[in-house]
Amino acid sequence: MDSYLDTVDSDWYRQRASGALICVLAAFFILLVRLYYLQIIEGDEFRRLSENNCARLQGIPPARGLIFDRNGVLMVENRPCFNVSIVPGEAKDSKRVVFKLAELLGVAPESLFTKLIEARRVPSFKPILLRRDVSRDAVAIIEAHKLDLPGVLITVDPMRHYIEGSRGSHLIGYLSEISSEELKSGCFPDNRVGDFVGKFGVEKAYEPYLHGKRGKQQIEVNALGQITRVLKTEEAVSGKNIYLTLDVGLQRKAEALLAGKVGTAVAMDPSNGHILAMASSPAFDPNAFVEGMTYDSWNDLTSNQFRPMENKAIQGQYPPGSIYKIVTAMAGLEEGVITEQTRIFCPGYYRYGDRTFRCWKRGGHGFMNVIDALAQSCDVFFYQVGEKLGVDRLAKYAKACGLGSPTGIVLDREARGLVPTSRWKLSRLGMLWQGGETLSVAIGQGFNLVTPIQMLSLISAVANGGTRYKPLVVRRIESSDGSLVKEQVPVPIGRLPASEKTLQIIMKGLLNAVNKPTGTGWNAHIPGVNVAGKTGTAQVVGMEEDNEKKSVESQRLDFRDHSWFISFAPAEDPRIAVTVLVEHGGHGSRTAAPLSREMIKAYLKNDLELASSSAEFDLALAQLE
Amino acid sequence: MFDRRLLQHFDWVLLGLTFALGGIGILTLYSAATANVDVAEVKGLVYLKQSYWLAIGTAVMILLVVFNYRWLNRLALPIYWCSIGLLIAVLFMGKEVSGSQRWLVLGPISFQPSELVKITLAIILARYFSNHASEKGFSLKELWKPLIWTLIPFALIVKQPDLGTSLIVLLIAASVTIFVKIGRRSLLCLTVAGIAGSLVAWFFLKGYQKQRILAFLDPQRDPLGAGYHIIQSKIAVGSGLLFGKGFLKGTQNALSFLPEQHTDFIFSVLAEEWGFLGSAVVVILYLLVVMWGLSIAIRSKEPFGTILAVGVTSMIFWQAFINMGMVLALLPVVGVPLPLISYGGSSVLATMVAIGILLNISMRRFLFKE
Repeated sequence: MDSYLDTVDSDWYRQRASGALICVLAAFFILLVRLYYLQIIEGDEFRRLSENNCARLQGIPPARGLIFDRNGVLMVENRPCFNVSIVPGEAKDSKRVVFKLAELLGVAPESLFTKLIEARRVPSFKPILLRRDVSRDAVAIIEAHKLDLPGVLITVDPMRHYIEGSRGSHLIGYLSEISSEELKSGCFPDNRVGDFVGKFGVEKAYEPYLHGKRGKQQIEVNALGQITRVLKTEEAVSGKNIYLTLDVGLQRKAEALLAGKVGTAVAMDPSNGHILAMASSPAFDPNAFVEGMTYDSWNDLTSNQFRPMENKAIQGQYPPGSIYKIVTAMAGLEEGVITEQTRIFCPGYYRYGDRTFRCWKRGGHGFMNVIDALAQSCDVFFYQVGEKLGVDRLAKYAKACGLGSPTGIVLDREARGLVPTSRWKLSRLGMLWQGGETLSVAIGQGFNLVTPIQMLSLISAVANGGTRYKPLVVRRIESSDGSLVKEQVPVPIGRLPASEKTLQIIMKGLLNAVNKPTGTGWNAHIPGVNVAGKTGTAQVVGMEEDNEKKSVESQRLDFRDHSWFISFAPAEDPRIAVTVLVEHGGHGSRTAAPLSREMIKAYLKNDLELASSSAEFDLALAQLE
Repeated sequence: MFDRRLLQHFDWVLLGLTFALGGIGILTLYSAATANVDVAEVKGLVYLKQSYWLAIGTAVMILLVVFNYRWLNRLALPIYWCSIGLLIAVLFMGKEVSGSQRWLVLGPISFQPSELVKITLAIILARYFSNHASEKGFSLKELWKPLIWTLIPFALIVKQPDLGTSLIVLLIAASVTIFVKIGRRSLLCLTVAGIAGSLVAWFFLKGYQKQRILAFLDPQRDPLGAGYHIIQSKIAVGSGLLFGKGFLKGTQNALSFLPEQHTDFIFSVLAEEWGFLGSAVVVILYLLVVMWGLSIAIRSKEPFGTILAVGVTSMIFWQAFINMGMVLALLPVVGVPLPLISYGGSSVLATMVAIGILLNISMRRFLFKE
């Protein structure tokens, strides 16, 4: 079967094999000699090296990237922090050492022992962190008693520091110790137990940029575990610095205005989607997460009825109230249901079937066109526009305006809101759509839910002529030496479903709302600046007779209406758009509108001053001539 | 087809040597994994997985022993091209682990086709050389086929990249070729071509591969990077002294100073804990396996069996020698597993297949062609 030619006999192969055997014997002999050399001749030296453990590889945590506001004001930095650890293997009697340490630091020994017990499965040569962020005085005391405290290590590690505490906390976010799930997920290859990673906000969204790269250091330590020599260092690479779109001055203003209220104030540059301010009240102090939070304070934060951990600008979903009339007007004009000239009489109520739908103004507005109806927020006008459109046509426009879906801002947990349609109601609630519900939806009540960021994106698009931009929170990213890593360009995500003419009509309505004393937004007007805006008063409970009769102050707090105001300025060249929502703040014109006014004033202040000073300058020049 | 005489001629010595090495491997892996809490949690119980692989390997080995190895001669070409097909598949749909694409994933099992190729190459070379052998040796003209058969898997494995395994592929081919004798001038030509090729290859090596070779030439050059492995490995081995620190008492291992302590550097864990005596026993066990393989080669009565036995024996020899030479800082750090002791299913399986082939040739040494 085999077709081999028997040209060689097995003796010949035997010869070849003995040649191979000699090579093999020689090779293994070399291995044995080498083993003998390393283990017997040089062995004692290697044994000494291994026993002293002198060579130790230590990770160097990278400095996390800094966070600046849009003008380069430092908002988040890293400060040195002293951590006390113990290496049980070097402490010999760790119990005694920990007692001594507790006495010196003036803390309860139990608090340190729990750390030791938690780490009982960690090999005894690894440092166990006993106390984070001790004072410089404590460091001095420990150093002075160094000889009584074998195995105790003090390390200086960078610690995240949010310079103004809760300033912009919902946008910036916070760091916290990496969880075991995150470690297992494989998304954090450079991290290990005890590292801090971004958990919320920009800190989380830009973690890969901010984190940097761990360095390492080979050190020689003595029997006490103290470093005697640094053999070699591979430097850590700092994280990238981030420049937010935030204007810290405006942010301060927004937070000050919201103090004591529950709600949110967000501002955007309509020309590019930059978020200029994003305040959510009440806020939290991210430093607490870094410094280590007790169970009680975490509980306080999470069980607080005003939800301080929630970024209300993107996570809060509210009925829009009358600010939704912008969408209804847009749909009505585009679908030809109304024109600029259409006039509807408002007697203060509208009868639909056997139900009566009231206008917020008891006596009625009289004859209204769409511009007046927007300015004075006439409900009866929009009931009829909504009735003619039908809920599904209205929903089509709402969705094209970006409602009902996330804006795509990088911050996580963004809510999507809700645009009701007849199909939605059937599938979700199993009931047919009622014609009367369309009327409620048309004035922003009913099932509608929007987030403040969606309304900000909408009003910005109205301001800039119809382009919807993705809200941006980061302007540019630089490496620690200042070289550019990434420059964020505006990201258009769509256009409003409206012609230029329609937008001009809406613009007129919004200008009249603020700049005519009869307008609902009169409280937001600023002399010398063309502010355009729309109020909203979102009912939390149905318009009950007795609730309405009572003054706002006498109502139950959680029954009061939410107060909305969306606006932009200057109308001829919009530079800022603002959305304010105050939970249970009552009427939009009373609570939210003045807040918007103050924010716009603060932001345009430089312009206003420049304008007046240049006017003065012109005047002075004229006088000279 | 199955002859009772086969059982009488079964090679219990080789089987015993194999299980001795496998057992030592499990013990050492147990020590490497348990001494280091962090690693044990992440890697799972590697020594248990290794025992499963040894059991699977034994089953495969028994299966191989039942069939007459001469079938391998007939099927050499299809088997070879199948394994090349798998290597190509790895390039396109292989799983990437820390920068190199070596694994094919089949359900719960991932497998390295490069381990298989080492054996199919030995088979196809044995077929060719046994058909064309002559005492005057092979000339270049007769060697172009074996050369191409070697360079195809070599190039595919370099592409993954897996420097260690591609080197083993070359060494197996070279060993077999030199064993069947190669003309002096041909040898010279190939050597010169090889040196020129490696000079050119230097420019195509990845940064970390160059680093390893440079670090071998001068370990102090980069004591934290590639050189770090070598220094720590020397400390671990050297500190074992004559009797070692004892089972589970290795400190270098426990401190996770050792890189890849359960795969490529497993021998340093062993040397630290069992000292010169223990390490010498392991070296001698490998020597016995290789010597036994060579004796099987010359006891076989037909060239295909002889050359195939030399091929698979050279595979075990080179892996053992290069791995231990690397741990002892005699050779640069290239990723070559220690047969039967390093953790890794594909490597264990390939070695067991090689042993199975040797057992097969050994027990059929008295049977002439049917």
